[in-house]
Amino acid sequence: MDLETLYREERPRALATLIRLLRDFDLAEDVLQEAFAAAVEQWPREGVPGNPCAWLVSTARHRAIDRLRRAKTFAAKQAEIAYLSEAAAPPPDFVDEPLPDDRLRLIFTCCHPALAVEVQVALTLKTLCGLSVEEIARAFLVAPAAMAQRLVRAKGKIRDAGIPYEVPGSERLAERLEGVLRVVYLVFNEGYAATSGDALVRRELCAEAIRLGRLLRSLLPRVSEVTGLLALMLLQDSRRATRVDAQGELVTLEDQDRSRWDRGQIAEGEALADDAVRRGGAGFYALQGAIAALHAQAARAEETDWPQIAALYALLLRLHPSPVVALNHAAAVAMGERLDRGLRLIEQLERTGELEAYHLLPAAKADILRRLGRFSEAAVEYERALELVTQEPERRYLQRRLREVTAAE
Amino acid sequence: MKYLLLIYESEAGFAGMSGAEQARIFEEYMDYTKGIRKSGNYIGGEALQAISTATTVRVKNGKTITTDGPFAETREQLGGFYLVEAKDLDEAIKLAAGIPASRTGSIEVRPIMPTPPIE
Repeated sequence: MDLETLYREERPRALATLIRLLRDFDLAEDVLQEAFAAAVEQWPREGVPGNPCAWLVSTARHRAIDRLRRAKTFAAKQAEIAYLSEAAAPPPDFVDEPLPDDRLRLIFTCCHPALAVEVQVALTLKTLCGLSVEEIARAFLVAPAAMAQRLVRAKGKIRDAGIPYEVPGSERLAERLEGVLRVVYLVFNEGYAATSGDALVRRELCAEAIRLGRLLRSLLPRVSEVTGLLALMLLQDSRRATRVDAQGELVTLEDQDRSRWDRGQIAEGEALADDAVRRGGAGFYALQGAIAALHAQAARAEETDWPQIAALYALLLRLHPSPVVALNHAAAVAMGERLDRGLRLIEQLERTGELEAYHLLPAAKADILRRLGRFSEAAVEYERALELVTQEPERRYLQRRLREVTAAE
Repeated sequence: MKYLLLIYESEAGFAGMSGAEQARIFEEYMDYTKGIRKSGNYIGGEALQAISTATTVRVKNGKTITTDGPFAETREQLGGFYLVEAKDLDEAIKLAAGIPASRTGSIEVRPIMPTPPIE
């Protein structure tokens, strides 16, 4: 394995431990960088140490002590140096290896609710995934300088406001974990939902989110929602290659070439989705994972188990009532039971006015009307959806459908 | 770490309450203060007179300028504070969530900047 790859793999673990030891994000990042520079120098000559991560941590820690010694405010740093020297010359029972909990501590700190959600996302990508400021800025269409500023402010707040570096106690774990899972899924969706933008950066975001999902599962294997989220991401990502055709046009689930779905990822996702539901207490992610698994299991679109999917959406709707879930439920009912029943549910939802600005409501309604052969009504709804849509590939898809129903009238 | 918990509330809302309701809230503050004294978090805390009693002071070119107010048109006004000792932000947030006004107004949690002691 080359050193770059090794470093990329070891970096998050080493960084998480260093932040715990040094209690300073910036210092930890800097000295880890220096330790890696030393590794590039030494390892090819002397061989890679048995535990590269521990080597990086201990080298970086010594660098940190040197730095603090050299610092002008020597007196002010005395206590810190004493503390660090102790950590550098550990007592016999001190584990000189990164604790598995370190990365869990780090993710809970990065996703602390006292930070704005977009800051949580950026900080997680920077520290846990090792993405550069430029990469994160490009993914979120922000100027690199603005993103750097945002990260500096966040690290400042963690330090000055005393945001703890620890896994929350059991009484708050579920609530805080919800925030962590939301950040991971946001990273995934940022890469998955948009079909425009830099494809490479977007694929990278999905891969990082899945990597974070795996990390969380390895640390919290018994939490249903953690497993459910990983399942959901793997299953959605398995369809990545077929969502857009060669001309860059959107392909709906129904029309995708299922032979090109990633079977390995589906098998893994299915097993995880199953595991998540079996654990009981299936929530937001576990239920969506189960729905994604049902889609993946259908060899052809016509074989989709819509009644089962509608039942899962009904459960999801009861646990997490939201108009978007209600819309998905209505669409599943239309496909699984009767088109007119689904249509009635959508019309009910329409009357609440909650999804007024959401293009997928008229789009879903148009889709049912088209299947019912009510083409002129479908055309009206496609036109409404076109007024609301913002993404270019979706706009072209809706225009295509509109032309179809207009021709069929 | 030390934190200042700034209590923001609608003065008009409080003024509009019955005497019995005001007494009940006062009671709640007494209980809360006793609780955080006992737990060792309490350093200090006071309630402030209404914003109508406030005076703003500025010095321009060596001259002291005072103005009546501020009578900002915000919905909530600073009505009091607690200075507390807490292990970290999570503990400070927990303390803030116990203040009666957290249900009707809002609490701003501000870490105190560490400064060298003055001789």
